[in-house]
Amino acid sequence: MIDAVGLLFLRNALAAGVLVSIACGIVGTLVVVNRMSFIAGGVAHAAYGGLGLAVFLGLPPAAGTLPFSLVSAMIMGYATGRNRERSDALVGALWAAGMALGIILIDLTPGYHADLMSYLFGSIMAVSGSGLLTMAALDVVVVAVVLILYKELMAVSYDEEFAVINGLPVTVLRYLLLCLIACTVVMLIAAVGLILVIALFTIPASIAELFTKRLRAMMTVAVAAGMGITLTGIILAWLLNLTAGAVIIMVACGAYGAAYLISKNRRFNPEDGGLTTVRSV
Amino acid sequence: MQPVTGEPAVRVTDLTFSYEGDPAVDAVSLTVEQGDFVGVIGPNGGGKTTLLRLMLGLIQPEKGVVRLLGADPAATRHRVGYVPQETGLNKSFPVAVRDVALMGLAGRRGLGKRYLRADYLKADIILERLGLSAVKDRPIGQLSGGQRQKALLARAMVADPEMLFLDEPTASIDAAGADDLYEHLRLLNGTGVTVVLVTHNVSILSRYVKSVACINKTLFFHPDGKFDQESINRTFGCQVDLIAHGVPHRVFHSHEGGFPHD
Repeated sequence: MIDAVGLLFLRNALAAGVLVSIACGIVGTLVVVNRMSFIAGGVAHAAYGGLGLAVFLGLPPAAGTLPFSLVSAMIMGYATGRNRERSDALVGALWAAGMALGIILIDLTPGYHADLMSYLFGSIMAVSGSGLLTMAALDVVVVAVVLILYKELMAVSYDEEFAVINGLPVTVLRYLLLCLIACTVVMLIAAVGLILVIALFTIPASIAELFTKRLRAMMTVAVAAGMGITLTGIILAWLLNLTAGAVIIMVACGAYGAAYLISKNRRFNPEDGGLTTVRSV
Repeated sequence: MQPVTGEPAVRVTDLTFSYEGDPAVDAVSLTVEQGDFVGVIGPNGGGKTTLLRLMLGLIQPEKGVVRLLGADPAATRHRVGYVPQETGLNKSFPVAVRDVALMGLAGRRGLGKRYLRADYLKADIILERLGLSAVKDRPIGQLSGGQRQKALLARAMVADPEMLFLDEPTASIDAAGADDLYEHLRLLNGTGVTVVLVTHNVSILSRYVKSVACINKTLFFHPDGKFDQESINRTFGCQVDLIAHGVPHRVFHSHEGGFPHD
């Protein structure tokens, strides 16, 4: 039985899946090649403090999560820049502190009875029109920044020390990348919830990594893989009446497993950039 | 390419740096003249890499002064080509060899600007010179260690640097690959490029370098490249074999103390 209201939710959810996949594939690729997924997870969980604040003040969620994500990303960037070895503990502390603050603020909110699950596991089926607009705006920012500063982001990601000597503004670029991560985290929280952020950040990019040999191609394939995963997950969740965030992640993990097996059965052919499928002997 | 000032390429004076109270470089003074080819040798943890990082202004000394090409390193290091050890970088990074070479021009081209046609040509010329033309479109991860190290040399060379700094460039490559790399450095040095090479491989010294700096917290400089067993022993704190395996000629000056294994 398909009703009109249900279809409207589904349409919004599918649009959100597409929009999330764009930022996720591009920034996720940078997260994966920079080995920054722990920081991305830390930013996502610290953002929960912002969510609590938004609920406490009666503001829309993104009004709390976006500033919290940005500020925690800056602090983590400062810590990892100062002392890479010891920054793990600080990222972990911010990770937990953000969550704790969020829970306390929600405790203190009078008459608050909303479903916490929707923030932990996302509510892509309930994305509003203005939510979609926010996602589209963040996508525009992410795509514009990466298009303009592609060569710089690649040079810094590959070899930060050389980039410093070469005269690139490495500190600025590193904080910029952290801002992109923070923006993407906010979108991902809305779609799949903060628990699942890391998975959606890293899985499409990791699938793309198996099949591509250039950063640009990896970003493109990661965006496509993300769209395939989120759209399949949303439709399955809708048909089976399950939590969309969880189904999306199950689809993502299945896709990653399949992609891994396929890539194992290929041998690299330098003539065509590795696109030929050759059965290994 | 060379400035007319007659400034030394590097001048460090009374340089001290320690990691959490543990001195890595202690009161080091050193002048590298333009056109020199300096081998910086010393034991692991002796401060070789720390000295290199200080010269490039990547870390700040607790005491002492660094002048790189006559000025503060932060202002002049973009004129230096830097070649790190290839094993220190992410081998599976999705980037082609030619794109790695182009990165040497990223700072010069300006933020948000694309590489020019001339930049691609320049990268191709350097890759050709280093014998990497056949692999220039391959991802960096598909190269041998020696080829990957030369790709990093190409990245340093595209911007026509006045100096080259190399940190253990042959630590992970075979002898033939190392000779190939050193031969390219010798050619570059012949065109007037000053070379500072950090290495633990003492066997190459007499064949390629013009002067030698031995560092083990403190530094001994041998501007004529001639140094003896005593200074090696003093630097390393133990006997070091000065005779390279498979090299048919005697590589170092004789010294009254004689060679090891007497």
